[in-house]
Amino acid sequence: MDTNTINLTALDYSILGIYIIVVIGIGFVLKHQMKSASDFLLSGRSIPVWVTGLAFLSANLGAQEVIGMAASGAKYGIMTSQFYWVGAIPAMIFLAVFMMPFYYGSRARSVPEYLALRFDEKTRGLNAAAFAVMTVASSGASLHALAALLHLLLGWNYNVSLIATSIIVLAYVLKGGLSSAIYTEVLQFFLIVLGFTPLVIIGLNDLGGWSGMMSKLPETYAHSWKYVGTTNNPMGVEWFALVFGLGFVLSFGYWCTDFLVIQRAMAAKNMGDARRTPIIAAFPKMLFPFIVIVPGMIALALMEKAGSGFSIPLGVTGQTDYNLVIPSLIAHYLPTGLLGLAMTALMASFMSGMAGNVTAFNTVWTYDIYQSYIASGKSDSHYMWMAKFATVGGIIISIGFAYVAKNVDNIMDFLQLVFGFVNAPVFATFLLGMFWKRATGHGAFFGLLCGTLAAVIFHGISSPMPITAGEAVPWIKGAWLGAHFTFTSSMAQNFWLAIVAWSVCLVMTISISLATKRTRTDEELKGLVFSLTPKIKETDEPVWMRPAVLGIIVLAFAMVLNIIFW
Amino acid sequence: MNFDLRLPIGILFTAYGLILTVFGAFTNGSDIYKKSLGDNINLQWGILLLVFGLFMLGLAMRARRK
Repeated sequence: MDTNTINLTALDYSILGIYIIVVIGIGFVLKHQMKSASDFLLSGRSIPVWVTGLAFLSANLGAQEVIGMAASGAKYGIMTSQFYWVGAIPAMIFLAVFMMPFYYGSRARSVPEYLALRFDEKTRGLNAAAFAVMTVASSGASLHALAALLHLLLGWNYNVSLIATSIIVLAYVLKGGLSSAIYTEVLQFFLIVLGFTPLVIIGLNDLGGWSGMMSKLPETYAHSWKYVGTTNNPMGVEWFALVFGLGFVLSFGYWCTDFLVIQRAMAAKNMGDARRTPIIAAFPKMLFPFIVIVPGMIALALMEKAGSGFSIPLGVTGQTDYNLVIPSLIAHYLPTGLLGLAMTALMASFMSGMAGNVTAFNTVWTYDIYQSYIASGKSDSHYMWMAKFATVGGIIISIGFAYVAKNVDNIMDFLQLVFGFVNAPVFATFLLGMFWKRATGHGAFFGLLCGTLAAVIFHGISSPMPITAGEAVPWIKGAWLGAHFTFTSSMAQNFWLAIVAWSVCLVMTISISLATKRTRTDEELKGLVFSLTPKIKETDEPVWMRPAVLGIIVLAFAMVLNIIFW
Repeated sequence: MNFDLRLPIGILFTAYGLILTVFGAFTNGSDIYKKSLGDNINLQWGILLLVFGLFMLGLAMRARRK
């Protein structure tokens, strides 16, 4: 790793320093606007739409996403774009056009609260508890990854990096609440775009353009659809699992129900802006593969180029560590100056990933757990105090998780597995909740539990690879109840797991709902269920501003990209 | 809410643009640009950041005057 260790100069440090001053400065300026708990947790529903849109995108574009997508670019090529053009865009448009009216239009202040209004308290409690644990765990994972990376690349002390980062995030989130997090997410968006684009430009120049790069890569790397007729492609996934598992179940389950991203849209000024938030996010989202996936392909092609002297570094296990694609390209191409900008962008995205999780956590904790089950009917200033307390608490628990991640092997893989079980079926619950008025609280709750259980069992009986005699599959990868189904990759196993969990949840929720009495009357479900909600009047908006029209434009663009890189 | 995010974005990128442009101008032809294929990428990208930063500042100022 020595050859790739990055040396920052005073110039690079000053670029990083300016960023930290600006984000903390934003926190201090916003402090005066934080007058009530809803200002702090919900931004008082007052943020302009271009800001909520870019924050919506950015909240998902954490550093792990950037690093992970570059790694996938090196492993699978342009096929990785399936995570964007199939696994994100349609769901974002569906959220904007069909689901946002129920989130923004109801009295709900969070996604779990929507479930409380639509179904009952137990469904909310289940969702809120799972979400709260998930956010602090991902915030901790983000923190650990950042500190480990800074230690590896810059030789910084792990503990110091970890604590310093936490203090910076705490400083601006505690002052400016959700607004602070949203504004820094937008800064991070511009930093990522402006900090990483030179990397792609120089890299492609070096390789002789797009065709020069492709000539050094396997044929399969050039296509996203051509080889999905069978599982004989880099991802080992065929089209049905890809479209239904990733494009529908997982993608809609994340984009249409995850409070971390939806919270950004709910901070918009009015219904029209809330619905346009995911659409505004979708435009740059479509183009992100060129900034985050292409570097992975550049790195792989560069290793093939004679005399480049470049290689993706090996990890502790002695195998190529694809997660180091971005840092090693930064070290290879960028001189001091731009180096500082790119490193600042990387650190900014870790920090804003953490801030995003912490601000979603404090809202769900304060409204859905504390106010609902621990202390209801207190004054606003009491909840404001609790929100700040939860912010500090969320960061302290994140630090705890970071150390657990550092010291316990596989713990993050395990948690990710568990979150996968919980998340896989959840879109069935929301779909039935919003579009079928007969769905009941018992149906939703037990349907969700059945879906999760189905995911656990499916994991136990399936293997991500064919089992050869005498070789065992590590239990974390599945088959701990025997390998009754074998797949060609973990990804294929994961997509099928999602399909099964979702289907079980759907069928069980419908069956149990039909067998139980309705708990909510038509009157109570007004604004929460499609057929009982008056249609939104859009006639006062110009045609091109209407979410459905914008949505169709985005989908058309996504279609064109799919065809170009088919 | 009277907080305009274009202002801090403008300030941040104008500052970055200035720093990189000036540094790039002083280090033109230096060995540090061997990495970036001989291009003075600091100067080139610095000017772009400066233009973006000033544009954002301009938008923020215009909105303020109204």
